[in-house]
Amino acid sequence: MSTIKIRSKRLADYTLVRTLIAHPMETGKRKDDDTGELIPAHFIQTVSFKHNDQLMSQCQMGPGIAKNPFFSYHIKSAQAGDIIRISWQDNLGYSDTAEHIIR
Amino acid sequence: MMISKRLQATLVVIVCSFITFSASIYADPFEDRQKMRAFYQHLFPQLPLADYAAGVYAIDPDAKESWLAIEEFPPYELALEEGEVLFKQPFANGSSYANCFPNQGITIAQNYPYWDKKKQQIVTLASALNDCRLDNQLTPLAYGKGEISYLLAYMAYTSRGQKINTRIPKDSQAALAAYQQGKAYFYQRRGQLNFSCAICHLDNAGKFIRSEILSPALGHTTHWPAYRLNTGEMSTLHKRFMVCNTLIRAKVDPAQSTALRQLEYYLSFMDYGLPLNGPSTRK
Repeated sequence: MSTIKIRSKRLADYTLVRTLIAHPMETGKRKDDDTGELIPAHFIQTVSFKHNDQLMSQCQMGPGIAKNPFFSYHIKSAQAGDIIRISWQDNLGYSDTAEHIIR
Repeated sequence: MMISKRLQATLVVIVCSFITFSASIYADPFEDRQKMRAFYQHLFPQLPLADYAAGVYAIDPDAKESWLAIEEFPPYELALEEGEVLFKQPFANGSSYANCFPNQGITIAQNYPYWDKKKQQIVTLASALNDCRLDNQLTPLAYGKGEISYLLAYMAYTSRGQKINTRIPKDSQAALAAYQQGKAYFYQRRGQLNFSCAICHLDNAGKFIRSEILSPALGHTTHWPAYRLNTGEMSTLHKRFMVCNTLIRAKVDPAQSTALRQLEYYLSFMDYGLPLNGPSTRK
């Protein structure tokens, strides 16, 4: 099961691409309710957005972003059949990539 | 002698008025439903009945717009996927959740809660899930949030669009009594703030409470479990009841306690015929 969900919608003058990433986004400052110990930081550092293998945007993120972050992109030049590739890397070295074809 | 006769007459009058009063408390449930719907019909004349399933968004156009935008790509999708995996995963003994429910657990959420004649209590979908786990020698799940809300989300999703089908069996006095107690809970003032459910969600429905608009009670049970934007988690109906009781500073009845099941039974009976639209997103 991919951690990234992507959906797109072609509108009159642009294409709307929306994405939801399942990630805990721990800041490292929260304490465990039961043990009282700090929960180690675990957050996404970069999210990149590729349109037909061309890098369109790269977000540098910190622990200030919410759990399960949601992004939306507006692309002007998208055609049906174009491939969107979104990937993330986090501070613990985990990463994921998902592909989506615009209809 | 004259005085005592007069006293007797007054007593008779008092007793008579008590009888009529108690008769009005135990009104016919169908009459209750009709009255509640007539009340809201008067309050929001433009609103068709099915729209009450949208809760407060039915009466707040601005909030509805942003809610519909959220529902296009809803945050509960992750929970829904997890719920499907959990639901289909077989137990250690080879059985699964599907075997505990009629129709393999698909499109049945609208039939809950119902009165179980054998157990002599109200069975909610959440309690049925935990009964299923107990029958299969598994530890029951914590009610409120987490795994149970994912399972409920999946089960509600498969039942989307079905009409709420809560009935009170005609031949069961105990079921009627449970309904009446649920109704009493709804109208009973409690807590330090001395509020009842009805004060906010019936008398003041559609008015502001600080920055929020109060939702009508009709439609309260249709959209659970819900992804709450204030906590960023899936939450169940009983968890919401508990939060309400906390807010009015009342004693908090635990999730799936008899009192809250009765309240759910009463509210679901009011919602009979409304479309089930859970899981959902709520502020």
